[in-house]
This record gives sequence, C-alpha cells and structure tokens, in this order.
Amino acid sequence: MKIKRKDILGIEDLAKDEIELILSTAESFKEVSEREIKKVPTLRGRTIINLFYEASTRTRTSFEIAAKRMSADAVNISVSSSSVVKGETLRDTAKNLEAMNPDCIVIRHFSSGAPHILSKLVKCPVINAGDGTHEHPSQALLDMLTVKEKFGRIEGLKVAIIGDILHSRVARSNIYGFTKLGAEVRVAGLPTMMPYGIENMGCRVFYNMEDAIKDADVIMMLRIQLERQNAGLFPTVREYSRLFGLDAKKLERAKKDVVILHPGPVNRGIEISSDVADGKYSLILDQVKNGVAVRMALFYLLLGGSRE
Amino acid sequence: MNRLLIKNGRIVDPANKIDGLFDVYCVDGKIVEIIPPNPPLEKGGASGDFKVIDATGLFVFPGFIDMHTHLREPGYEYKETIKTGTMAAAAGGFTSIACMANTNPVNDNSSVTDYILKKAKEEGIVNVFPVGAISKGLRGETLAEIGELKDAGCVAISDDGRPVLNSNLMRLAMEYSKLFNLPIISHCEDLSLALDGVMNEGFIATKLGLKGIPNAVEDIIVARDIALSELTGAKLHIAHISTKGAIELVRNAKQRGLNVTAEAAPHHFTLTDEAVTGYNTNAKMNPPLRSPEDVKALKNGLKDGAIDAIATDHAPQNIDEKDVEFDKAANGIIGLETAFSLSLRLVDEEVVSLNALVEKLSANPAKILGLHTKGSLKAGNDADITIVDLNKEWVVDASKLKSKSKNTPFGGWKMKGKVIKTIVGGRVVYEG
Repeated sequence: MKIKRKDILGIEDLAKDEIELILSTAESFKEVSEREIKKVPTLRGRTIINLFYEASTRTRTSFEIAAKRMSADAVNISVSSSSVVKGETLRDTAKNLEAMNPDCIVIRHFSSGAPHILSKLVKCPVINAGDGTHEHPSQALLDMLTVKEKFGRIEGLKVAIIGDILHSRVARSNIYGFTKLGAEVRVAGLPTMMPYGIENMGCRVFYNMEDAIKDADVIMMLRIQLERQNAGLFPTVREYSRLFGLDAKKLERAKKDVVILHPGPVNRGIEISSDVADGKYSLILDQVKNGVAVRMALFYLLLGGSRE
Repeated sequence: MNRLLIKNGRIVDPANKIDGLFDVYCVDGKIVEIIPPNPPLEKGGASGDFKVIDATGLFVFPGFIDMHTHLREPGYEYKETIKTGTMAAAAGGFTSIACMANTNPVNDNSSVTDYILKKAKEEGIVNVFPVGAISKGLRGETLAEIGELKDAGCVAISDDGRPVLNSNLMRLAMEYSKLFNLPIISHCEDLSLALDGVMNEGFIATKLGLKGIPNAVEDIIVARDIALSELTGAKLHIAHISTKGAIELVRNAKQRGLNVTAEAAPHHFTLTDEAVTGYNTNAKMNPPLRSPEDVKALKNGLKDGAIDAIATDHAPQNIDEKDVEFDKAANGIIGLETAFSLSLRLVDEEVVSLNALVEKLSANPAKILGLHTKGSLKAGNDADITIVDLNKEWVVDASKLKSKSKNTPFGGWKMKGKVIKTIVGGRVVYEG
C-alpha cells in the first residue's frame, strides 16, 4: 500500500480516505513499539533526513525513533536560527541535501510555507513537521489516532480546541482533520488570538471557554507562548490562565467521559493545571506514543515499503 | 531636422478632446500639427521629408507616464538600472517615468538627482523624472533640502517605501513643499499597526498561516494625510491606493475640494490575496494584494474619478530576494511591461472608457507632476507618443521582459493589447 502523493505538507490537502489510510496503517505499526526488538526491516537502506530549523525535542525524537524502528538511517540536522541569518538559503540547503540522495526529508521551519519550497526542490518525499503558523500534519494525525482509539470513532464527536488559535499550526491541522472525519470542531480563545475568518474552515468560534467545553468529547489545550504577553495579546499570564486555563473547576462543566489532549510541551499551571494534565482524563502520553506509530505510517506510505 | 508623420491612426487624446482618425506631424521632437488624414501626402509635397509611420488600424495615444517607478540606480544596479528600467518602460508604452528616491544613496540631495538625470540622459531611452525624498535618508526625522531637489529637477517628493510616521514632520513637509509647488506623494502605512505582516489580513492569510496586514494600516495614514493637507493646503498624492476605506476617504476629500489625488497599481485592481496561495512570493508586495471587495472598490474609484492615475509601482527584485521563504521575501513586482494590457481589461469590462483609461495613463499623471508639455498631443507639446494595437494578443514570458528582474506574477498570462511603437521626443525608442 502506498499513498498517491509525493509529500505530506498539510492536512488541508488530504482527502478523508487518505487520512483513514494513514490512521489504520499507524494502528498496525503500534505493535512494533511493544516488541522487545523494536524494529522492522521495511525501510532498510533508506535515508531519512530530519531538518529542523526550530527547536524541538518531542517531534524530532519521534520522527527519529519512527525512522529507526523502520530500519531507515536517520540523520538529524538542527539549524539554529542564528546560523540561518548568516548561513545558506533554504534553497541551497535543499539542493545540497538533494545531492546526497535522501529518500525522505522531514522539515520543521519557523516560516509558513518552507516545506512547500523544499518539496519543489527535491525529488524525495517531504514531510512537514510544523511550519510557522501554518500546519503540523503529523501532530493532527496522532491526535486523531488517539481520539479514534479512545472512542472507536471520530464522526459525531465534539472537539474543543482552546488557546492561541491565531499562532497555532496544531489548531489549523486539527480543524481540517477532525472536520474531514466528521467531528464537530469548536475553537475558543481570546479575540486577540483568533485569526480572521477561521469559521470558514468549518469550525465554530467561542470566546467563552465554559461554553466551548460544555458537552465536548475532546478538549485540546494549546500551548501558550509566553512571549505573546510581550506583544500585548493578553495583559498577564495570570489573567490568561483565569480565562482560558483548564483546571479541575472548569472541568466540572465538561462531560464525564471527556478526554484531554495537549500537543506539548505543557506550561503547567498556565494553560492546564498539573492535576488535570496528570489526571484520569488526560491522554497526553498516549499522544506521544501514537506519534511514533503515525510517523512510521507516514514513512511507510510515502516511501513504499515494498521496494526491497 | 527630425520629421515624423504618424498617418491614419486613431488618435485618442482626452486632454485635447480628440478622438478620431488623424495624422500627427512632429518636427524636432515637438508635435506641430494634428490634422485629418490627407491622402495626397503620400506623393511628394510637404510629406516628402517626413519619416512616415503607418498607423492604420492602430491607436495613437499621448505617451504614457508612470508616476511611480523604482529604477534602483544608484545602489541596486543588480535589480535594475536606469538603462534596463527605461527599456522596460518603453516596451510598456511609457515615454516618461518618475523614479522613487529609495536608492542607495537616497535621492535626498541634488548630487544624487544630478547623477540620475545624467545617467538617464546617457543611457535612458525614455524621459526620467526623479522624485526627491521628503526626509533625509528616508529616516522620517528631518526634512531633506527640498528646494535644492526641486532646482535639480525633482518633480515631487516622497519617502516611498516608507511612510512619514511623524505627523508633525509630514505637516512641515507639506507646508514647506508649498513654497516649491511640489506634490507630496505619500506611502500610507501605519507601521505600528502593520507590525511584521506579510500579506492582506483575511481568510487566505489565516489558511496560509501568514501574518496579516489589515486595511486600517493604510486607511489611518490616508485619513491623517488628508487632514494635514486640509490643514496646510498642500498638494497630496496618495501612492498605490489599495483599500476600500482609503478610496472612500480620497473621494470624500475631493468632494470637499481638497487638493488630493490618488494612483492605483494594475496588480491591485487585477489580483486579490488569493494569488498568494502556494506561497507565491511574486504576489508579495506592499501594500499587499487585497480582498475582492477592495478590488471592486478600486474599479469603482477608477470609474468615478476618485482615483486619478494608474501607476505601476514597478519594483524590481532579484531572484535571490524572491526565491526564499514567503515571510523573508522582498516586496514588490515589476509592472512596466504589463501595465497597459492589464489596464485595458478595465475597458473590456466596461469599468472605464478608453478615453478615461488614456487619461489616467497620460494626462492626469502629467497634471499631477506638473509636466506641462506632456500628457497630450496638442501642438507645441513634446512628441511623446504611444502607438498600440488594441486587439493584438500576446503571452507574458517573464524571461523575455526587458526589465533586469523578472519578478512578475503575470508570467504565462494571455494579454490583449500590445504596444507597437513608443516614441520619445519624436524618436522611435521601441518597436513591438
């Protein structure tokens, strides 16, 4: 089985059946990570480059582990933003990497659209591991997998995404993904952090957190970047937390079988209280576990495991 | 003696109230006579020593004037030079262009103006009219020596590329410019609101995850500058107007009898922010491509006269400045060679008449810039003439454009209306 596209640049481009194929493939790969010898030979001899222009622990490690469990050779390149300033252009980097004949490039970049530039310059598949404030497709896929495992379905669920929607690539990818699979998506946050026309993506907009989480099946809390306070988008972290932080008290309004997701890293006590993050509703660590499986599935589907 | 006769063309010269078949006689770079076609001329007689251009089936217009061009010389010759920029202008039917001051060094003193004019005389093939800076170094802090700039040959002042954010400095510039009767061309952008926006604020920006620039960024400064123009009585010209709100402000100012004019760029009334989709850096400019509603307002403004002129904001950028991440890419597109064909679509769409279009490309910019011997084909004026085949179709091939830079979003576009000859001072400088 192979997916009929060169790259995974965003959930916006994916059809419903492609998303379902990725999720079902990921489910079948989960078992590999449970084995004592956590490796399948599927991508032996393939080279996967993780090109990270932004600091990342979770996502980069997840892609690296996924590549290694598929027996691919994973190479990590971390480009700090300071060296980008004086260093080479993305175009030149792409051409240099292309000259080394990789089989797949995973890119995280602080500029929206950077993976699109890369994909036009290299022959191999490109996976977007988060670009600017645009998309983070593998995150949305692992979120969908986590929810699907829990409820056995996605269709008909109510998903509330809470926080800084304006700057969130996780929110955009999840709005597309969950909507395509038939969930009802709500977004909630401060008006200063709500992007223009977001409802045109097919979600409902709330400015009151209690209303958004009432009768929701899934609450997805987004990480709040603390530097947004300096930009004046909210007056203080304290006030933000009071309005849009998830704690036990707000959770009382939610359904009894609600689940809570967070893409990490968590600002404990700010967008989510520790007792909630570590509590019984939290699927945060399931997300991390599923992340590896989803990324194995992406490699498998894009690189075509059958070429041995 | 340089004698030129353009025969049998359809002359459209709104300022001179002429629209019909005429012959145009030019002697030594001046227009001497426009008379109905005279068949016997072909055989000897007075026509004997005139070089004849047969314009049968073609339209003959006053040479187009682009009041907003970036020639990039001095300082950025890798993007464009006065030579290549004027070649692009000629290919687009422009016989005169006003070049903005954001060169390096900035055109904020007479030595830079002198240099531009000297280069234009030596290497340029169309008339070049420098625009001087409002503030020294375009820094928005203190006034440039505007009197000296005027004497050196500047036809307007502008910090284009940057707004004059300090309202008091803008007021002083307006008051001071009255002494020299120079128009102030204002680049209206509230930088404290635009922040690091890179495209129009709207749903497309939301989808692409790109930081938006709301219309209010432009509206606020247009409103301020109109208020300052009212306060000072200075001639204010709004550069590259792009928003519905700004157009309404200009319309209102005109109704109140203020000395305010405005120009629009072809890309702003042709494209919307949808063109950015796919992170197309050739759709990145400042002001950004706006919403369909703004495009509609631009067309209405062109129709009812709220917008006086069509100007290109020709902004050459090297491929290395465009072939990068969208938020890092330089602003601007080249426009001289596509402006007329794009503008002609307004006639096909019945937004403006051909007469009105020609007026916005010639007579009105001449009037705003005080170019008294240009913008019309009346006897005694400079023989700056653009001859066009309105029905000829062509396809834009960016690699074949004369401009040194190729940053156009219109590559591959099918165009109607082609410049056949561009004549500057009675000499043919371009043949298409």
